[in-house]
Amino acid sequence: MSDKYIDLISSGAGKNIAKRLGLPQPARLRRYLPGAPVIDGPVLVTGPASDAGDAVRTTLLDWRLDVRRHAAPGEKLGAIVVDFTSVAHPADLTETSITVGGALRDLKSGGRIVVLTRPSCAGDDAPVAAARQGVDGWLRSLAHEMRGGSTANGIAISGDVPASAPSVSGALRFLLSGRSAFVDGQFIHVTSNAGSLPEDWELPLAGRVAVVTGAARGIGAEVARVLARDGASLVVVDVPAAGEALSKVANTVGGTALQLDITSEDAGQRIIDHAVARHGGIDIVVHNAGITRDRLLANMAEDRFASVVAVNVAAPLTINEALLASDKFTNAPRIVGLASTSGIAGNRGQTNYATSKAGVIGMVRATAPRMESVGGTANAVAPGFIDTEMTARMPFATREVARRLNSLQQAGLPVDVAETIAFLSSPQAGGVRGDVIRVCGQNLVGA
Amino acid sequence: MSTRRAAILGGNRIPFSRAGKQYADASNQDMLLAALDGLVARFGLQGERIGEVAAGAVLKHSRDFNLTRETVLGSALSHDTPAFDLQQACATGLETVSILADKIKLGQIDSGIAGGVDSASDAPIAVSEGLRKVLLQLSRAKSLRARAAVLAKLRPGFFAPSAPDTGEPRTGLSMGEHQALTTAQWGVSRAEQDEIALASHRGMAKAWDSGFFDDLVTAYRGLSKDNNLRPDSTIEKLAALQPVFGKSLSTPATMTAGNSTPLTDGASTVLLGSEDWARQHELPVLAYLVDAEAAAVDFVHGKDGLLMAPAYAVPRLLARNGLTFDDFDFFELHEAFASTVLTTLRAWEDPKFCTERLGLDGPLGSIDRDKLNVHGSSLAAGHPFAATGGRITASLAKMLSTKGSGRGLISICAAGGQGVAAIVEAA
Repeated sequence: MSDKYIDLISSGAGKNIAKRLGLPQPARLRRYLPGAPVIDGPVLVTGPASDAGDAVRTTLLDWRLDVRRHAAPGEKLGAIVVDFTSVAHPADLTETSITVGGALRDLKSGGRIVVLTRPSCAGDDAPVAAARQGVDGWLRSLAHEMRGGSTANGIAISGDVPASAPSVSGALRFLLSGRSAFVDGQFIHVTSNAGSLPEDWELPLAGRVAVVTGAARGIGAEVARVLARDGASLVVVDVPAAGEALSKVANTVGGTALQLDITSEDAGQRIIDHAVARHGGIDIVVHNAGITRDRLLANMAEDRFASVVAVNVAAPLTINEALLASDKFTNAPRIVGLASTSGIAGNRGQTNYATSKAGVIGMVRATAPRMESVGGTANAVAPGFIDTEMTARMPFATREVARRLNSLQQAGLPVDVAETIAFLSSPQAGGVRGDVIRVCGQNLVGA
Repeated sequence: MSTRRAAILGGNRIPFSRAGKQYADASNQDMLLAALDGLVARFGLQGERIGEVAAGAVLKHSRDFNLTRETVLGSALSHDTPAFDLQQACATGLETVSILADKIKLGQIDSGIAGGVDSASDAPIAVSEGLRKVLLQLSRAKSLRARAAVLAKLRPGFFAPSAPDTGEPRTGLSMGEHQALTTAQWGVSRAEQDEIALASHRGMAKAWDSGFFDDLVTAYRGLSKDNNLRPDSTIEKLAALQPVFGKSLSTPATMTAGNSTPLTDGASTVLLGSEDWARQHELPVLAYLVDAEAAAVDFVHGKDGLLMAPAYAVPRLLARNGLTFDDFDFFELHEAFASTVLTTLRAWEDPKFCTERLGLDGPLGSIDRDKLNVHGSSLAAGHPFAATGGRITASLAKMLSTKGSGRGLISICAAGGQGVAAIVEAA
């Protein structure tokens, strides 16, 4: 579904009117295209001197990017990487903040700010913890100030993990690229040195077998497409009633269609058997299938609550147990669950849905440690307002307001969710475990 | 010349629909494409060059020229896949399976997709012979005057369309009336027929509920289940129906809409391959197509009933393979009518028929009813003529694969006094 408002204000009279009336002026987002450079334009790397800064400069130079220590006045920048990993006192943030502020005007549209930081811990000295936590507020506020489809995100690197860790590079590349178009004001937490860099950044999932549930339409179909584009072999799963659409998806991505009700007791084993028999393995499982049965709790019938919980979180839990028990799911496997900003912030009329989606966050947090021994990860993606068949059914005014309530003043597309899932499914995300990445354009609701 | 085994690797069909319902606007090509693309999706055959695709339709438009090849061109298969059409009335689907299996056995092809489709809703309607002649003359007329002269020959009666019917060209009798004669000849009762119908609906409803069709059927045009199926059918409901065939006979009419198959739309496909091809494509073998036999009877002079040919095909097939009914775990006898199954069973149990007509030493034998059409058959699923063989073959192969051993026998009767039977063996 196209955003008519963006079409209207993108040029000519519409643009002028929107400007004069002070109406939202959402930009067309820069999205990933295979073969395109990671980012167009020089990258300024700034911040108090640290090993991390040097490691990042080396990484960026390896990607043949134009790296600057100081911005040349008036020169347009593609991105600014801010290294706050060595800050020891909140006062250490001032100088760099002013430098970044001065360079903001030179950031191209679709530009990126990526801040590297260390998460504050209870064991830190108080000034260190204050500085580190300060970065959190710094980044989230700065993200609200970004214009022209630019975004600001962070990579929170746990204490003993070096900035040269595969997942720091992976997260950095993801955040700089158009893959993260609708990710804004978020931190990706790198908690280990695990993971590996892909041989080919264009095909990071080459040789991997991915299963996507609920793949017949919407976000699921797009996830299948993006994972296939990144090189994965696909098993697309949906209920038999969605078979016609599912077979079209399978034929588009060159995968196999598996008609299955994920709430059936043996769903996990059937998925494993199919993937192993037909594709020689199973490496990635995306729990995308989900339903809504919205109703105020006061009016909620038992089956409406139960069915949403059963499909959205109970079925993934059962499937995960089958996966964890299988000796086929042991080669740096990846599980990605679909949470929702509703599961983080709550939403009126969605107690059942929010329960299930918050449940997904708990599920991946508890599942991730159990996969560490085989280099595996479990993470979740929490979409905000995404243009899908589901949201297209919302009343016009409600939808229009919901679309503008984020820093990018527009709805995300299924591909934005899919790109983040593809990142979390990749070998370079091996150090990101039990995390939740919001794909919401920094929606005003949610953490 | 050495031969190899022909494996049945799976199948895909669209849910069968009563005529005039969900698929009323779907053409043969639309439905065959849906069944084929669903098969491609299930088995990941996108861009694959298949040895040969064979399919057909019984009710065929002139626009369905090269139907199967055109369907392949519209599908996700490689465009380098050859295809041909075949037509043997209701035996079309099973005959395509048999022919492609033979090609695989002989090493001519490594893989094949057999299939069939029929739309009773979108049936071709021919114009009257008078109108057709006028239209042809008109196309040849060069001048305005000549055209006017041709048009002057038009008569109102020419505009009545010549709709297709299921009548046999040589007798003018419909298939139902033919079977009514046979039913009466063999003294098959109404109650027996209704029992067969009920068992078909119950068996198929159970199969749907258990998820048996999850990897055999792909939803199409909003239909995700055969809509002819009556899970809540009862003997009482069936007994209440008025007879529709055999009403002019001296014996009581027993054939109703409940124990006869309705006109149906649908399509089915079956994936076949050599064992090597299956291995290369990481496709488990469900079963093997062992052998097949066709037969025909002289129904024109009333020597046999129109739909009795399978009674001849099966004993010849069994003899050639050195098998008896005891060697089979499943029997898939297509129910054009419940009484077709019953008259056939009765014939095989009848010493006189078996010795005099089949040339056997004694009765061929009885079939254990618990092994007959276990997951339902045409009475419940519906019967899009050319699609029935594919439906049965794929279902039977899966049943044998699930059981892990054994054999199944397929028998399908067809218009023109023909019938085809086949033996399927578990992998």
